[in-house]
Parts: sequence; C-alpha cells; structure tokens
Amino acid sequence: MEADAAKLIGAGLACAGMIGAGIGVGSIFGNFLNGAMRNPSAADAMFARVLVGAAFAEALGLFALVVALLILFLF
Amino acid sequence: MATQNGAAGGAAGAQSPMEQFEIKTLLDLELFGLNASFTNSSLFMVIAVALILGFLTFAMSSKSLVPGRMQSLAELSYEFIANMVRDNIGTAGMKYMPFVFSLFIFVLVLNLLGMFAIPAVWKPFTVTSHIIVTFALAALVFAVVLVIGFTNHGLGFFRLFVPEGVPIAILPLIVFIEFVSFLIRPFSLSVRLFANMLAGHTMLKVFAGFVVSLGVAGVIPFAVMIGLTAFEILVAVLQAFIFAILTCIYLNDAINLHDH
Repeated sequence: MEADAAKLIGAGLACAGMIGAGIGVGSIFGNFLNGAMRNPSAADAMFARVLVGAAFAEALGLFALVVALLILFLF
Repeated sequence: MATQNGAAGGAAGAQSPMEQFEIKTLLDLELFGLNASFTNSSLFMVIAVALILGFLTFAMSSKSLVPGRMQSLAELSYEFIANMVRDNIGTAGMKYMPFVFSLFIFVLVLNLLGMFAIPAVWKPFTVTSHIIVTFALAALVFAVVLVIGFTNHGLGFFRLFVPEGVPIAILPLIVFIEFVSFLIRPFSLSVRLFANMLAGHTMLKVFAGFVVSLGVAGVIPFAVMIGLTAFEILVAVLQAFIFAILTCIYLNDAINLHDH
C-alpha cells in the first residue's frame, strides 16, 4: 500500500475516537433532560454544570481530532 | 503540508478549506533575532482589544442610574462573570474577577470576529483557531493557578492531589491520576477552544464549497449553511463561556483547595 493512502486511512481511523465523545455528550444531555423533565424548577441551576461536563467529554473527542490532524500534516 | 493543501484545493475547486487559517505577514519586524512580525493574527487581536475598550468605555460613559441599552449590555456581561466567579469560587475569588472577565471577553470577541464577513471587502480571521494563541492563554491560566496556590497554601498546595476519604491501598494510584489530570489542564483547555474553532470553520468552508459545486441543487446545502452559521455563533459564545468557567474552577482549586 502506498504510504499516502495508509496515512489517510490512519487519520480516518483516528477520528473513530470521537464516537466515545459523542456517546458521552449525548448521555450528559440526555440525562440532564431526563432530570429536567422530572423537576423543571431545578433545571436552570444545573445547566452550567451540564455545559462543563459536556466540555470535559468533548475535549477527549477533540484529542482524537488532534491525532488525526497530526497524522495528516506532520508525517 | 503543501501537497496536502494542493490536493484538497484541487478537489474542492478554487480554494482549500484550510486557506482561511493562513497567517499573512503585514509588517516585517525582527526583535532580538526573533520573528516578531505584525501579522493578520496580531491585527485581529488589536481590533478585538480596541472593540472591547471602545464598547465598554462608550457604554459606561453616561453612568446613568437607569441604564440605557448599551449600558445594560455592559452591566449584563459584568454581572454574568461576577455571578460565575461568586458561584464557583465564593467571595474570596472576587479579586480575580477582572482576570476572568478579561479572558472571557477577549476570547468571546476573537471567536465572534471570525464569524462576520463582508464579501470582497472584509475577510475574517479567527485568531483562536491557532493552537499557539489558545495555548498561551491556557498557560497563563495555569501559571496564575500555580502562583495563587503556592502563595496561599505554600507546600500545602500539594494536598490538592490527595482527596479525603480514599483507602490507603489505592491512594498512590489516585494521587498519580490527580497529578496527571492537573498537568494536562493547559492542554485540554487550549485544545478544546482551538479544535472547536478549527473544526467549525473548516466545516463551514466545506459546506460552502458544496453550495457552489452543486449548482441549482446548491440551495439545499445553502439552507443547511444558515443553520450551521447560527450553530457556529452559538459555539463561539459557548466556548468562551466554557473557557471562563473552567478558569473559575481551576482558580477555585488554588484558592480553596478541594472542598469535594
């Protein structure tokens, strides 16, 4: 296989790490809505924490993107 | 990298989606053997600071008891950050509120400046889509946290890595994990902002390429583009907010150690 083709496949595979981030962010917002439906009066106070949790989950997915960019442009 | 850009540019037509992130030198400058040129990145930072200073000075110039439209916008942004600092750190943290406010509004304006374009007149450049800029900001936060932590608590700051109520058997492992997660903070803080901006703007350009290349059917991606642009503005505000609130959380660690 050509090295260039292998590089592109590798970058694509590295992006699979974002699956986990997708599951994580989805679960955070899903559970938030679940709780907010039960007790809407408490929902507003929790929203900032939801965003912070989503940011932490999302950052790990973005590391996968960085790996993909490193493979594409550095090697 | 050159071949990559060339290949992508050839496929998309006229321009590569990465072309928007290019740094152009506007004024050659060399200080002590270092390249300190004035680039479009520096230009946008200057514009951002001028906008912030101009807006805040103009909005607060009337200083009326019942605020007008501009003044209430300025007061709203101030109150927003003041409440964030008070909720996350407590009243002890209010003296660091100017730091958090400056970071928030600087990142916010830089993010938003990259979203507004006037065709053929004004080409936006997103400063925060470069990791060196976001890393410098995150490293500043990290350094401030270290300085505050060590001046407030001395060597007791290392207790941050030792959570209470953990069994002795797994304590070394927990301390190691806490230590690594502390060290990785500047990287996750900077990469989050940088990657969100980079990915969002690349996506916008790729979709904009579809609009042109699909011809009449381009109205479908064009409709999607409107939604995506709104989403990108949301992301720009959200990432500035997350940068500020994480700064608050990290400062809280340094000021109150852990109360968990």
